[in-house]
Amino acid sequence: MRSQVVLRVVAKLLIPFILVFALYVQFHGDYGPGGGFQAGVIIAAAVIFYALIFGLPTAKRLVPEWLVETMVALGVLIYAGVGVEGLLLGGNFLDYFVLSHNPVSGQHIGIFLVEVGVCITVSGVMLMIFYLFAGRKRGWHSER
Amino acid sequence: MNVLDFVNYWIAVFLLSTGLYIVIARGNLVKKLVGLSIFQTSVYLIYISPGKILGGTAPIIDPAFKIYSNPLPHVLILTAIVVGVATLALGLALVVRINEAYGTIEEDEIRAQDVGRY
Amino acid sequence: MMVATALAIARLRNLFAVVVLGSLYSFLMATVLVVLDAVDVAMTEASVGAGISTVLLLGTLYLTKSEEAQPTHRPLLPLLVALVTGGLLVYGMLGLPEFGEADSVIHRHVVPRYLEQGVTETGVPNIVTAVLASYRGYDTLGETTVIFTAGVGVILLLRRWRRDATGKDDDAEGGRP
Repeated sequence: MRSQVVLRVVAKLLIPFILVFALYVQFHGDYGPGGGFQAGVIIAAAVIFYALIFGLPTAKRLVPEWLVETMVALGVLIYAGVGVEGLLLGGNFLDYFVLSHNPVSGQHIGIFLVEVGVCITVSGVMLMIFYLFAGRKRGWHSER
Repeated sequence: MNVLDFVNYWIAVFLLSTGLYIVIARGNLVKKLVGLSIFQTSVYLIYISPGKILGGTAPIIDPAFKIYSNPLPHVLILTAIVVGVATLALGLALVVRINEAYGTIEEDEIRAQDVGRY
Repeated sequence: MMVATALAIARLRNLFAVVVLGSLYSFLMATVLVVLDAVDVAMTEASVGAGISTVLLLGTLYLTKSEEAQPTHRPLLPLLVALVTGGLLVYGMLGLPEFGEADSVIHRHVVPRYLEQGVTETGVPNIVTAVLASYRGYDTLGETTVIFTAGVGVILLLRRWRRDATGKDDDAEGGRP
């Protein structure tokens, strides 16, 4: 039983750092390696780690299924929304430089929102797939 | 034309052939998917290797460096990696369903069951 | 070392060992990518290949069985196909430029513009992020849609809807209250 206590304590210490690192990778994707995909995968890995140590029902109480499903669709919606907003403000689809008063800060806003959208979708999809794989029991037989 | 320049590419091609061999020759479905992912990673290697410039650095603009490696293959391969894992997830979901329907994940046994039915 | 790992994956029959070796292979690939100056790609390959792929493969192994059956016939034709493909690729690659040349063809057309004007046009020093999110943002929209579609596909395949005797909707794990 002592090994279980060690695992739980180490997990509780590590998971906040993993989440902060994921946020760092996301928002510093402009100045160093990183960006939306890596951050999304790291967030999903942190929640999977939590689910492996503390059990799947506890993880599902923490990050419920409806939230994950919403995240999957929300990211793509944000991305397409940035594109459509470019259309509404007078430029082409996915034009960033019409989003603000000068083109460079428009690019900043556009890139930021687009990366956030990608991160949300990637972490949602990875987590959803893990929930589906882990929640399935062995030995089910479907009708043929 | 120094022959040793191409050793990098030859190793990548060897990995590609190994991945292809695993996909074609092995009957276990999970092993086929692992072989497919080996195939995909060797393609990334073949794609990114020509982009490297000797003496260059990673393509992050900084006043201290003058020569940067080519960023365009990096962008394309980034997309390819994530699409690859999406494909792997779908493939594994199919393997799980096949296992529940047929009771096995060996290709020969699945084909035998199908032949016996039709 | 990557060659040895790939050969071991081909020969081993214990699938659990195959999955662990696959994770090791992804880590080695990430190291090679760092040497080739592809830091973004290395980070993605390490997290996706060694993390998510391994978790999904282990989950699948838990749900199926973890040993591969004995091959029934000698795989000579696949070996021949793999060798012929490798030979053709090696022959085709003899035309590639020398490794690391700074003035080969692929560095000439649009990449100098990205490298020189990327910071002034987008304000982002990481050129890979700038190209991915701004210059080629439409491709990234397509890629996000592909991930979304894969998620929807897995949900369709693996979600179980079963009605209990009481007529209550049960999807085999407690979702909605």
